[in-house]
Amino acid sequence: MSKTIDVRKILADNLVVVIFLVITAFAVPVSGLSAQFIIQELLTRIGRNAFLVFSLLLPIMAGMGINFGMVLGAMAGEIGLIVAVDWGILGVNGLALAALVGMPVAVLLGWLAGEVLNRARGREMVTGYILGFFMDGVYQLIVLYMMGSIIPIRSPAITLSRGYGIRNTLGLDSVRQSLDTLLAVRVGPYVLPMATYVVIGLLCLFILWFRRTKLGQDMRAIGQDQGVSHSAGIAVERTRIIAIVISTVLAMIGQIIFLQNMGNMATYNAHKQTGFFAAAALLVGGASVSKATIPNVFIGVVLLHLMYIVMPRAGAQLFGQAQIGEFFRDALSYAAIAMALVIYAWRKRANADKARAGLRGGEAAGGAK
Amino acid sequence: MSNESPLLSFEGITKDFYGTVVLKDVSFTLGRGQILGLVGENGAGKTTLMSVLFGMPVISETGGFSGAVKLDGQAVSFRNPFDALDAGIGMVHQEFSLIPGFTTTENIVLNRESLKAGPAVEVFGERLSVLDRPAMRARAESAIGRLGVKLDPEMLVSEMPVGHKQFTEIAREINRDNVRLLVLDEPTAVLTESEAEVLLTALRNLAAQGISIIFISHRLHEVLSICDRIVTLRDGHVVKDTEAKGVTVADVASWMVGRGVDETSRKGAARELPGKALEVENLWVDMPGETVRNVSFSVREGEIFGIGGLAGQGKLGIPNGIMGLYPAGGTVRLHGEPVTLDAPRAALDAGMAFVSEDRRGVGLLLDESLDWNIAFTAMQVKGEYLKTYLGGLVRLRDEKAMRALTEEYVKLLDVKCTGPKQKAKELSGGNQQKICLAKAFALKPTVLFVSEPTRGIDVGAKALVLDNLRHYNRDFGTTIVMVSSELEELRSICDRIAIVDEGRIAGILSPDAPLSEFGLLMAGVKVAEEVRP
Repeated sequence: MSKTIDVRKILADNLVVVIFLVITAFAVPVSGLSAQFIIQELLTRIGRNAFLVFSLLLPIMAGMGINFGMVLGAMAGEIGLIVAVDWGILGVNGLALAALVGMPVAVLLGWLAGEVLNRARGREMVTGYILGFFMDGVYQLIVLYMMGSIIPIRSPAITLSRGYGIRNTLGLDSVRQSLDTLLAVRVGPYVLPMATYVVIGLLCLFILWFRRTKLGQDMRAIGQDQGVSHSAGIAVERTRIIAIVISTVLAMIGQIIFLQNMGNMATYNAHKQTGFFAAAALLVGGASVSKATIPNVFIGVVLLHLMYIVMPRAGAQLFGQAQIGEFFRDALSYAAIAMALVIYAWRKRANADKARAGLRGGEAAGGAK
Repeated sequence: MSNESPLLSFEGITKDFYGTVVLKDVSFTLGRGQILGLVGENGAGKTTLMSVLFGMPVISETGGFSGAVKLDGQAVSFRNPFDALDAGIGMVHQEFSLIPGFTTTENIVLNRESLKAGPAVEVFGERLSVLDRPAMRARAESAIGRLGVKLDPEMLVSEMPVGHKQFTEIAREINRDNVRLLVLDEPTAVLTESEAEVLLTALRNLAAQGISIIFISHRLHEVLSICDRIVTLRDGHVVKDTEAKGVTVADVASWMVGRGVDETSRKGAARELPGKALEVENLWVDMPGETVRNVSFSVREGEIFGIGGLAGQGKLGIPNGIMGLYPAGGTVRLHGEPVTLDAPRAALDAGMAFVSEDRRGVGLLLDESLDWNIAFTAMQVKGEYLKTYLGGLVRLRDEKAMRALTEEYVKLLDVKCTGPKQKAKELSGGNQQKICLAKAFALKPTVLFVSEPTRGIDVGAKALVLDNLRHYNRDFGTTIVMVSSELEELRSICDRIAIVDEGRIAGILSPDAPLSEFGLLMAGVKVAEEVRP
């Protein structure tokens, strides 16, 4: 509790952030991109990605680690978008319809995932990851075979030529950037998608409020000690399921926001990397699998995407090939996740060792004075 | 107190687990504002009695109990601990049950937080109401005030000294509106003396406010200083129910351990044993529930060294730590050579063997045959019972040698089995224990640790196991370190007995020492004389 600032400790606690800062600090001048371009890109990408990353916060609070199962929510959002495009609803209304259709799907999938994760205590992350792969198969079954045959699809423009199944690439022209342009504000040379920011701001407020509720308090308690929470009468399993359901629903909305900004959707691939990118962003922002805050989300999205913007160009400048920069940034994102997990395990062990140091001698009983 | 019914009364409580009687006709009463000390050795029935009181599922799942628990003269039967809480009975466990990242306040009002209703409540229900932090804090402060201690309501539990954690737990129990009875299980076990003193004062404050307290502790001087009545349990009976006034620690200690006053006659005189087989200095072991804090002792060549003490005090941690099964530190020397800790292989290679108290977990390969089980460690560690081919490139099991070995031990230890190929899990507890012993014997260790060798096995098998240990010791000169909760067993076989208390050796006694001295050591009274064999 000393007041002196321990620089080494701060560095060690934010090792991932520091490494990313150093790498991008080198890559930015090498890439030769203008500050204006980079800032505009970042402003766009914050709007595009932040919501998805936010969906990871609650499960972390509930002690379930990074919810890689959020991919399920992304699929629900895509199903919603397919319906909205098929019905030809334009603009923000189309997005709202997509969310409305995606909602029951996301709740159902989230509840399912929660039930599964409750049976896989302590292995939630890997179980969620694999669950995402499995549900991808179910998604394909529905979108590739059932849509157009069992589930009526009216628009031939989005179905495969054989008459059923959705095309590999779905043009989202009817809803394209409708949220971003709804309230676009020009500040100097930059365009800010204010409506998207407002949605993200509302989500921040929701999370801040949620933390102060009884349910939020219960989640925090469960996140730290399930046994104690259970013996205090908190419905542990139910609360964990609620955390996953909320996360899945948020991921569903996040994916819709993401795709409306992209403007088209790779029907069978769009969700595959969603969980991975969101997790990488959060961890790069300095979160761990047991603690994540709202600033972590924003720092992470900015840092990760700053790297994503400059790396291909830096690769092109240095090696004459943008591809190399792209490989490099992918490797670094994976490394960020791996390192965050390793640091987490390492820190847990260091804490256990520290606790053990108190075993000996008179100060034994935990340093009580 | 004569004309009103006591707050709590147990009437003729009898409980058995699958035919083993653990409580027999236990009756006593507790008045309002009284502090009752409940003492007894491990297995005396304290825990079971409290499980009966709290309606723990384990009681009903094993056939319930007979007799009656009465609260305010009304017979009660709680279906689960939450019912008991609702009826105003609180329990503070030995293990803290606090959320580390929460503040004192948050822990005290855990799951009973004060709430402010908001619009979301109408739609989504109670759990979406916002916490009323000022009200929570006020309630926490009032609970702390009733306890009469100093606690910072905004301090994180993870940053608290242990004593404050204990106070937080108690404050949580008395924060309930209707709490009338508080059960404290070893509340001072982890506290320093000054902290314990503060705690006792706090308990007196509570009693003065009319809250009755059942105080379970093995620290007898604390029991005597705080309690109005003392109930001593032994083997499921109430052996003494008396006013605390005028009772001495020695009295209670002998009630706890004494099985009558007849001293069992000792076999053989004290032996002259030269040389040190094992020296342990400043050993600590981080074994959950059996923490060893600072233990030093030495075992002589060819000795049977007993380690006793109550459960949870760390006696089991000692062999587990030395054998490398749990993180440990300190110095251990075997015949003068230092032993690497934290590495089971190093301990085995050094010539030590261990018969674990966790028979089914650590001791046996349950799904494998007996010959596998017996030869397994010897095969792994010493490369025995293997046939080598191609100049050592290929090594295969020597089934014939394994079979011979197994048959030898089956005969020697009188194992009831169908043959060397029977699966270990099909044997009874006693016979499994014999297989564990055989496995350790097959290593031909110079120092053998046996931990709770007779736990859960019948009387006949018990005698056989102990006899075998003695023979092995006498015939092969193997030094044996035996850890057991059963004092009688230790006294019947050991040359010296160390009693462990709170992770330290409270004292080392000769087996002939009077029972009350053992009792005193277990009670944390350190008046031991060192005995030299």
